[in-house]
Amino acid sequence: MKTILKVLAGAFAPALIGLSPAFAEEVLWAVQVEQLEYRVGEDENVAAFDFDAYAGTDELKLVWRTEGEYSTDERAWETLENQLRVQVPVSPFFDAVAGVRVDTPEGENRVHAVLGLHGLAPQWFEVDADLFVSEYPSLRLEAEYEGLITNRIILVPSIELDVPFRDDLASDIGAFGPKLEVGLRLSYDLIDRAFSPYIGVHYERVFGETADIARRNGEDNGTVFFVAGARILY
Amino acid sequence: MRAGLIGVLHLYSNQGMTIMLTSIVSRAAVLGVGLGMALSGAAWAGTYNLTVDYVTIDTGEFTRTGIGYNGSAKPPTLRFKEGEEVTINVTNNLDEDTSIHWHGLILPYQEDGVPGISFDGIKPGETFTYNFPIIQGGTYWFHSHSGFQEPDGAYGALILEPEEREKYRYDKEYVVQLTDTHPHWGSRIMRNLKMMPDYYNRQQRTLTDFLSDASETGLDAAWADRANWGEMRMMPTDIEDVQGFTPMINGMGPDQNWTGLFEKGERIRLRFINSSAMTYFDIRIPGLKMTVVQADGNDVLPVPVDEFRIAVAETYDVIVRPREDKAYTVFAESMGRTAFARGTLAPREGMEAEVPALRNPPLLTMADMALDPAMASMDHGSMAMGEMDHANMPMSDDDLPPGAHRMPDGTIMGGPGKDPFYAAGSGVTPEAAKKHGKFLSYKDLKASNPLYPDREATREIELRLTGNMERYIWSINGVKYQDADPIRLQYGERVRFKFVNETMMTHPMHLHGMWSIIDNGTGARDPIKHVVSVAPGTEVYMETEVDAPGQWAFHCHLSYHADSGMFRKVIVEGGPEDDLAKLNLPTGG
Repeated sequence: MKTILKVLAGAFAPALIGLSPAFAEEVLWAVQVEQLEYRVGEDENVAAFDFDAYAGTDELKLVWRTEGEYSTDERAWETLENQLRVQVPVSPFFDAVAGVRVDTPEGENRVHAVLGLHGLAPQWFEVDADLFVSEYPSLRLEAEYEGLITNRIILVPSIELDVPFRDDLASDIGAFGPKLEVGLRLSYDLIDRAFSPYIGVHYERVFGETADIARRNGEDNGTVFFVAGARILY
Repeated sequence: MRAGLIGVLHLYSNQGMTIMLTSIVSRAAVLGVGLGMALSGAAWAGTYNLTVDYVTIDTGEFTRTGIGYNGSAKPPTLRFKEGEEVTINVTNNLDEDTSIHWHGLILPYQEDGVPGISFDGIKPGETFTYNFPIIQGGTYWFHSHSGFQEPDGAYGALILEPEEREKYRYDKEYVVQLTDTHPHWGSRIMRNLKMMPDYYNRQQRTLTDFLSDASETGLDAAWADRANWGEMRMMPTDIEDVQGFTPMINGMGPDQNWTGLFEKGERIRLRFINSSAMTYFDIRIPGLKMTVVQADGNDVLPVPVDEFRIAVAETYDVIVRPREDKAYTVFAESMGRTAFARGTLAPREGMEAEVPALRNPPLLTMADMALDPAMASMDHGSMAMGEMDHANMPMSDDDLPPGAHRMPDGTIMGGPGKDPFYAAGSGVTPEAAKKHGKFLSYKDLKASNPLYPDREATREIELRLTGNMERYIWSINGVKYQDADPIRLQYGERVRFKFVNETMMTHPMHLHGMWSIIDNGTGARDPIKHVVSVAPGTEVYMETEVDAPGQWAFHCHLSYHADSGMFRKVIVEGGPEDDLAKLNLPTGG
C-alpha cells in the first residue's frame, strides 16, 4: 500500500511543480455517489451504496471505489468492497485502470489486484470491465445508460455481470457460476446534479454452480428488490 | 518608464503646479467622469486606485459572493485619454493572488497582467502599481487573469478617449457591459465540468424530442440521427457548456433592468462589451437600427445592422437614434438561447418596452463537425450533411471565398451564403430576428484607419483548435498549454495565423499585446481586432504585425477552455531594447 502511494505521489509531482504557479495543472476531485439506497425485497431488506471518489489530473486519477450491501435483517455486510484504483487515459474515451480490491464482508476477506478499462462506449454507454486477479480470480462487466425522459427526469438502466473463474466455497461462489445484477432507476435532479432522489427496481440472480450452492443453502437464486435512494454528485 | 514619469512630476512640481493625481476611482468613474488630470503641454498623467474585494452580487434571481472592484459588485468604468501616462495602484484585499489584464491595450508586456507570463501576480494584501502610456483610443475592458476571478465578477470597462475628434457624431454614450453571472464559483464549475462535461447542459435532447422528431421526420430518420451523434459521442446541443447563469448588463439582471436615458432624436453611442466567462450574445434593440462604428476598440466604416453577435471578450460600439418618445428594449439572447440579458433605453426612468421571447435553441449539425478528423473516417453518405455545396466542387482552392474550405472528400463548405464565417449548413449561423433584417458578419467589418500598411505575411502558422469534450480537455494542435512549447515570433515579421476549428464549439481566440487583423477579404481594410471568433467547422485567417517584444498570452477566451489547455505563451524575440525605439515601425522581417 505504501509503495502504491509513493508511486502515486511521484506521478502527481510533475503536475504540481516545474510549471509556472498560475498554470500548474490543478489536482481536481469529485465524489460521485451513484447509489445510496434502501432495497426492499420479498425475503430481506438491504441498505446499499456504490460510489467513486477521485482526485487527479487529466493524465492520472486516483479513485477510491467502494460498494456495499448491508442486510438490515441479518445485521451483516453481505458485500463490502473497497478498491483503490489508478486511472490513466489510453484513448479519447477510455482509461486503463490498475489497483487493489479488498473485500471485507461478513465471512471471508479477500484481496485482489485489479486490471481494467473504464470509459464511454459509442451510444453513450458508460462501461467498466475489470479483471480481478487473486487466488479467486473473476471478471466483472458493468454498463450504464442515462436515458433522458426530460432534462431532469432521468431513467438509468444498468447491468453488472460477475464471472468467477474458481470455486470460492467459503464465499458461496462456484467456478463459472456468474452473478447478474440488473437495475432500472428513475431519478429527478432536485438540486442541479448534486442531489437526485430516485426510485427503481433491482434484480439479482446467480447461475450455474453458484446457483446450486445457493439452492443447497436454501436461498433463492433470483431476487427482486424495490429501491429508493439518491444519487449525489459533488 | 517609471523613472520617466517621476521626472515629469518633478518638472511640474518645480513649476509650482498643483499635482493632485491620486483619486479614488469609484462612483465618479462609473458616472463617466474622467479622472486623468490635464497638465500643460503634451503630457497627461493620472493616478487611479483600485481595490479588489469580495462583494455580494445580486442578479435579481440569486445572490452570491463574488469578486469586485472598490467594494462594489457593479463593474467600474475607467476613463483614460490617449497620450496619458497612467498609474494604477491595485490593492489586493482577497485571500488569494489577483491580477488585472488590460484587455486590448497596447502596452509593455510587464504591464499586461498575466501571472506567470507578464509578472508574478499580486499577493494578498499587496498593492501593485501598473504604469503605462495610453497610445490608442476606443472601448476596451479589464479583468483579472488569475484563476476564475473574472467569471466570479472581477471585470470592468475601459474607455480610452482618442486624441483626434471622433469621426461619428453622438450626443450621449453608455457602456453596456454584458456578463454571465453564475451561482457557482468558477473553480466549482471547472471541477464539475471535469467530472461530468454535460453537468450544466440542460438542453440535451430527450425522449420527448425524439418522439417529436420521429413524428416529423419518421422513426428511421430520427433513430439514424441519434445513432450518428451517439456514435461520435457528441451532442448537437453542445453550444453553451455552462448554463444556469443570469445574464447581466452593467451588473444588473434582466429584472433589475439597466436603463439608459435619452431625449428623442439624440444619437446615443452604446459601447457593448462582452465580459462573459462563456457566453456569446445575439444583440438587438427592436425598433432601432444600430450603426456599428467600432469593433474591439478600432473604428470601422459604419455598418447599419439590425442585430449582431458579440463573442466573448469582444467589444462593439454602435450608434442608435431613437426618434420616438418611448422605451426600447436592449435584448441580448445567449447564442444557445438559454437566457437573455435585458436593459432599456428610455426617455424617463422606470419605463419598459416589450421584452421579446427567447428564440428556439439551435442544434449543431454535421457541418459543424466537418473539420473533426474523426469525421473523415466516417460514412458521410448516411448523414445529413446540412447544405454542403457539391455543385461548387470544381472550384480551385485559390477561388475559395473567405471562411470557405475544402473537405478531405473535395466538398467545399462555407463560402457565400448567410455568413462566410460559419460553415455552410452550420447550426449556429446567426440570423436576424427581424424579417429580412441585417445581421452583422465579420465580412462587413472594414477598418476605418488601417494601422499598418497592407503587406504579404512573412510566414504562416497553423493553429488547429482541438479538444476532447468528454474529458473536458481543450487544446491547440492537440496539445494543451501545460505540455506545449511557446510560440516563438520574430520582432518585425508579419505572421499569418490559420485557425482550423476541429471542435464543435465556437472559440474566441485572443492574442495579447499585438493586433489580430482578420482576413475577411477586404485587403488593406481588413478589420483590426483583439478577439477572433472561430466558428465550428471553419478555417479563419488572421495576421499579426509582430511589433511588441516580450512574452504574451494567446488563448481561447472561454474561461474554462483557457484553463483546461486552449492556451499558449507567445514569445516575441528580438526588437529594440528600449520603448522609444519601438515607435519606429519595423521595415521588414
